[in-house]
Amino acid sequence: MEKNRYKDLVKKHTPKENRLYNGMIAFLVGGVMGVIGQLLVQFYAHYLDIPTKEAGTFMIITLIFIGCLLTAFGFFDKWVNFAKCGLIVPITGFAHSMMSAALEYRKEGFVTGIGANMLKLAGTVIIFGVVSAYVFGLLRLLLFGGAL
Amino acid sequence: MIYVNAFLFAGFVCLLGQIILDNTKLTPGHVTTIFVVVGAFLDTFSIYDKFVQWAGGGALVPITSFGHLLIHGALEKAGDFGFMGLAMGMFDLTSTGIISAIVISFFLCLFFKPKD
Repeated sequence: MEKNRYKDLVKKHTPKENRLYNGMIAFLVGGVMGVIGQLLVQFYAHYLDIPTKEAGTFMIITLIFIGCLLTAFGFFDKWVNFAKCGLIVPITGFAHSMMSAALEYRKEGFVTGIGANMLKLAGTVIIFGVVSAYVFGLLRLLLFGGAL
Repeated sequence: MIYVNAFLFAGFVCLLGQIILDNTKLTPGHVTTIFVVVGAFLDTFSIYDKFVQWAGGGALVPITSFGHLLIHGALEKAGDFGFMGLAMGMFDLTSTGIISAIVISFFLCLFFKPKD
């Protein structure tokens, strides 16, 4: 009885998150990020005269640089709080997690601080990406011969 | 037209992430990890390549493209060297992202102090 009352009380006082609003914002911000990516790809392919595949790589470096710089200036945390997955899922979220970890642990020294903790948040992406890609790649190699 | 496709695809991936984040107890770290694994899985059957053709940069921006690039490089080398090629080519295409993120954030954190 007491437990149920407590649960009800907690439920009543937890701030309600508007899921529809969050979803809309994430969709719009994420979509704008996608358009920026495509614009950068076309810009690099057109003005630097490089193949589209390499232009995609240039675009990723640019977005990572912008993400890191804005995180260092301190704007990006507020934007992430506002747009949530709209900025976490694009590659800027990867840059943001690395940069904020580096900034946060800098005071603990270069080796034990930055070196040991920079990949604390971004490491999951790399590790699970590598493990899953290896397993799927092995499966594809065994089943289909690996031809793309 | 490709801009509309880019907007729709990137927006849809972010919307999916937001739905997962709002309706479960998973953290943003879980969501990005799930998306990387999904990207690698889709590229196993060459589905993600079609997305990249359809949406251009819009398909390269979400973190799913990270998994796609990992397995893409691995399979490319595996075509030449077989089983060992998987480990040789895994980072061929993704190294730019990882290395630029590490180098940029290392040097920037020497000049900036954490806010708040």
